[in-house]
Amino acid sequence: MSLWLAIARRAFRRYSTYRAATLSGIFTNCVFGVIYSYVYLAVWAAAPGAGGYSSQDAVTYVWLGQALIMTVALWGGGTTEELAERIRTGDVVIDLYRPVGLIGWYLAGDLGRAAYHLLTRGLVPLLVGALLFDISAPDGPVTAVAVLLSVALAVVVSFTMRFLVAALAFWLLDATGPRLLAVVLATFLSGMAVPLVIFPDGLREVALVLPWASFLQTPADIWLGERTGWSTLGGLGLQVFWAGALLALCAVVLTRATRKVVVQGG
Amino acid sequence: MAEPVPARALEPVRLYGRIARMWIRASLAYPVSFWTMTIGAFFTTALDFVGVWILFGTIDGLGGFGLQEVALLYGASGIGIGVADLLIGSVEQVGQHVRTGSLDVMLVRPVPLLVQVCADRFQLRRLGRIAQASAVLAYGFGAVDWSPARLLVAIGMVLTASVVFFCLFVTFASVQFWTADSSEFANAFTYGGNVLTQYPLTVFPGELVKMLTFVLPVAFVNWYPCLYLLGRDDPFGLPAWLQVAGPLPALLLCGVAALVWRAGVRHYESTGS
Repeated sequence: MSLWLAIARRAFRRYSTYRAATLSGIFTNCVFGVIYSYVYLAVWAAAPGAGGYSSQDAVTYVWLGQALIMTVALWGGGTTEELAERIRTGDVVIDLYRPVGLIGWYLAGDLGRAAYHLLTRGLVPLLVGALLFDISAPDGPVTAVAVLLSVALAVVVSFTMRFLVAALAFWLLDATGPRLLAVVLATFLSGMAVPLVIFPDGLREVALVLPWASFLQTPADIWLGERTGWSTLGGLGLQVFWAGALLALCAVVLTRATRKVVVQGG
Repeated sequence: MAEPVPARALEPVRLYGRIARMWIRASLAYPVSFWTMTIGAFFTTALDFVGVWILFGTIDGLGGFGLQEVALLYGASGIGIGVADLLIGSVEQVGQHVRTGSLDVMLVRPVPLLVQVCADRFQLRRLGRIAQASAVLAYGFGAVDWSPARLLVAIGMVLTASVVFFCLFVTFASVQFWTADSSEFANAFTYGGNVLTQYPLTVFPGELVKMLTFVLPVAFVNWYPCLYLLGRDDPFGLPAWLQVAGPLPALLLCGVAALVWRAGVRHYESTGS
């Protein structure tokens, strides 16, 4: 356990060295937050209560989305990016030597990174959003804890998906194409492009049970009080299920890939 | 010495073409990746418009504009940023060149620096985005009651949009000469300008729209020409001549971009190691 913590702490510190990058990123998140807030206000003014959201919910959702983009690495990035590069150069064999599981090593690092991004690129845009617009807060400590738990699970689910894409590099050498496709799916099916709750009937039900819903829609609905009690537990349970199932899949893929490396590397 | 002027003026373009061709050949070395990325670029942006379409599933009009009229705005802005991104999007990487020192290598080559930075890692797959935006624009054209003057304004709109985004890319990438790892700062203006102009500006407060007209003139990318194409009065009560004034701010921006870029290059001192 202390080993994982040590890895996570170092990843946290490594990311915290890029101050100018963090500041400019926060600025950009805020600009997009302002743009989407006005668009959503206009949409919800024309269709009050769409998707069960009030105008205030919709604007809060916008800022939660901006806060979570980097935290859950919605557009890629994180330690899986380094993994893909190490597979391409062959350095991954060093990772395989280590007396620590490769998945655990990279997951711990990614959680450390996510903690840093949550505290900077997550928290600051939310505060700016609260200053500029009327956004809601979670209605109590229990809800707040549930949100944090949901965000942590979101990072794990997102990690597994990025890991699987990175592992494609074992076969394709250059996984940039599949990575782009993964970003498309994540953007659309996480509710980042448009909240999943206003998707057309049919598509909405499907999107809500897919793993990408974990990234933004589930934590946001807990924050907004759209999910309470059993519904919150159900949402978290689904996230746990996806995290477990996809981690298992990562392990299977890694085993197969390892054999492939031996064949290629001699 | 006695080289004719047009040939000299075209020389950077020819050099740009040669570097770009080299990168196209390089990217085709991984065919699976190249094609998934080109198709991916098409679908990324296609899904983006599906998002707008889903919004319109819950409403009839946004800020007084219907879906087809929004498609007109969306398509024009999309082609503008698509063309700029295809031709010079790599300028975003200038901070990386500063950090790794590869800018020094470029400075000693007998090719203009801006040409080298812009043509570096030229990515043909960015055509996917232009294709998608063109399809959306074609759909949006259905909302226009055509006349020769409107056709002229439509052509001018696409050119102006490309030039404006071109200048935004160069101007804000130049900031990286001062702070090398702040590339995301530029996104707020380039991609932010693109997202903002996908929607009718009537959803934003009037002061913001004035700022987007007179300070950071992204409103000329599509908003003013589209008002002309649709035969609408300015919802903010601004003068009608703004609707056809687009090329003027585009030219001004070119001057600003050139000045900022030159200031950046002058400021540049190698990492020294």
